[in-house]
Amino acid sequence: MTLDKAKRGQQLIIRKIPDELVRAQAIRFGITEGSVITCEEIVPAGPVVVRRSKQEIAIGRNLAKNIDVDLIQ
Amino acid sequence: MHNSTCHCGNVYNVAITGNPNVGKSVIFNYFTNMYTDVSNYPGTTIDVICGRCGAYVFSDVPGIYGLSGFTEEERLARDIILRSDIAVNVVDASHLERDLFLTQHLIDAGIPIIVVLNMMDEAKEQGIYIKIDELEKELGVPVVPAVAVNKNGLDLLLKKLPEAKTGNITPKLQEKVDLNTPSRPEALLIAEGDEDIAGRNSCRPGNYRDELYRLRRKRVNEIVDKVVREITVEASLSAKIGRLMLKPATGIPLLLITLLAIYQLIGVFVAQTVVGYIEEVIMGQYYQPLVRHILSGVVTEDSALWSVLVGQFGLLTMAVTYLFGLLLPLIFGFQLVLSILEDSGYLPRIATLLDRLLIGMGLNGQAVIPLILGFGCVTMATISTRMLGSDREKLIAIFLLAFAVPCSAQMAIITSMIAGLGFFYVLAYGLILFTVMVGAGTLLAKVIPGSSTDLWIDLPPVRLPRLANVLKKTWIKSAEFIKEAAPLFAAGALFLSLLKITGGLTFIENLLVPITVHWLGLPKEAAGGFILGFIRREFGTAGLFTTPMDPVQQFVALITITFFVPCIATAMIIFKERGWKQGAAIWLVIFVLAFIIGGLVAKFIQVINTMPGVSVMPVLAGLALIVLSVVLWVNWKSEGILKT
Repeated sequence: MTLDKAKRGQQLIIRKIPDELVRAQAIRFGITEGSVITCEEIVPAGPVVVRRSKQEIAIGRNLAKNIDVDLIQ
Repeated sequence: MHNSTCHCGNVYNVAITGNPNVGKSVIFNYFTNMYTDVSNYPGTTIDVICGRCGAYVFSDVPGIYGLSGFTEEERLARDIILRSDIAVNVVDASHLERDLFLTQHLIDAGIPIIVVLNMMDEAKEQGIYIKIDELEKELGVPVVPAVAVNKNGLDLLLKKLPEAKTGNITPKLQEKVDLNTPSRPEALLIAEGDEDIAGRNSCRPGNYRDELYRLRRKRVNEIVDKVVREITVEASLSAKIGRLMLKPATGIPLLLITLLAIYQLIGVFVAQTVVGYIEEVIMGQYYQPLVRHILSGVVTEDSALWSVLVGQFGLLTMAVTYLFGLLLPLIFGFQLVLSILEDSGYLPRIATLLDRLLIGMGLNGQAVIPLILGFGCVTMATISTRMLGSDREKLIAIFLLAFAVPCSAQMAIITSMIAGLGFFYVLAYGLILFTVMVGAGTLLAKVIPGSSTDLWIDLPPVRLPRLANVLKKTWIKSAEFIKEAAPLFAAGALFLSLLKITGGLTFIENLLVPITVHWLGLPKEAAGGFILGFIRREFGTAGLFTTPMDPVQQFVALITITFFVPCIATAMIIFKERGWKQGAAIWLVIFVLAFIIGGLVAKFIQVINTMPGVSVMPVLAGLALIVLSVVLWVNWKSEGILKT
């Protein structure tokens, strides 16, 4: 599934970030393909807020659509 | 302490680097006894604030997450770091995983560094423990723990500066990049695909970014795993407040309450109680009569000199009263609010909450930050549009700032004028301002080809702002305003007095009658205000204040001057950032639009006035609300995320 379909409180593992620039930006914040994040908040029609350890990032909805994630049960 | 250029003989250039919001400026201020904040580097020329301390010249570098050059700000920071002898790398102890990426990037580039492990107190509160010896060993550079805001650890840092050195590089790096070259930082950045640096060395950018960034990230994660021990602590109050600010159900009411609180503080307390007392009692009853009394012994009353000094636009009366009686207390109030907003971590959360609205305006949520900073100073905010992701966004943000964002000085006068008129005037004014801003953005988004870049914003922890820092920042910005505005204000007042004495003012007033009287419905004396408005909009607003007008006329005049051309300082920055053609176009469009909007409001009011038994302002506010709904609907449809 893609990140924009995530629900609040879910733990997710990042599968693929297709855009190279976004990938480089994400890597600097500690988010790489394979890292585990928590979906903290979804602003309706707006950004998805994710957290990895103490780092919170708001990701625009269109960008979130292009990030592939898997749900961790 | 002195404010030098960064190149002196026999000194070391020290770049203070780090991620945004980690306390770089606090450390810079401590070493140099100077005051800076993030928005304090001027112009497109690379001229960053520097300060000297002993044999070191420190530069305060904008916050970055890596030596990548993705935005203009990052490119500026990168160039300063490349020109420095050593770097002080400030890291936030509670965000090591994020911050050490830049640290490792600096080490890989072969720059001698010393690491400051800042905010040790916050890390401890969050249950994070760091083995400092281990971290030093892994990185291969000195690490100094600190709590910069309390000045802990900074003297030790200064003592240890000579120990700065190049550290342990990312494993396998040397397989990709030739590290035995005198221009090693450049070699690394070129291999990582930095187009500027490649261009400067006339070679092709490499394509190792992805691979090197992955290796570096892996290395940083390994270090963090080794040196950080974390115990779970209950989510703090600040985390809970941060969450409430983000959810629309609580976030939007919180935002409205914040705005209302700001209005209560500035619009009611400062603008009416404080200014009322200073302006009417201190200035009106004591200062002005005293000046006139003293002067009457020296200067003949009603002579030319008399009216220049103490007449309608008198240097010693009008200029002094407005500057110190009206502007200073109000600007102090606005800057206080902005400092609190900046320091609290609320701004990025507003950006997240309003992202959807701003996408429809051709921007993204991040643009909320320059737009809100514009309510402090439009000139500085125009420079800060460099943080935006695309040229299209910069253009739209710069236009909106110049057009529809009144700076603190102008807001000061507007507030004191409109607050006295009553609640519905304030409401109608606010709604019209917001409608025009969203409308202009939505229209520009449709006209200018391209689409918004996506939001990617770091949400810093919500912090209780430190009173000392907030007050210092507020005081310095207010003092800067007076220093900059006083000579211009005096010159403007003098110019108007001379125009009046020579009869030039009457001539211009008569010339502008079709616009001022027929189109806007104002007294023809209002022309003087608009002349002052060319210098700075708040002078214009103050100038309008000197002409007696009824409430509706005051309202129309305020609306017009709000959207009037930006001040000279802002215009210069716009010309610098956008070139003279685009700059001139922006300026002229704004000039024309201001009168169109003012006139339309005047005509609407005339029409409403003809309806029997209707009070004007509530109806006007209602009308604005209807237009706003239409604009928001268009905004929502324009790039409807939900459509796909």
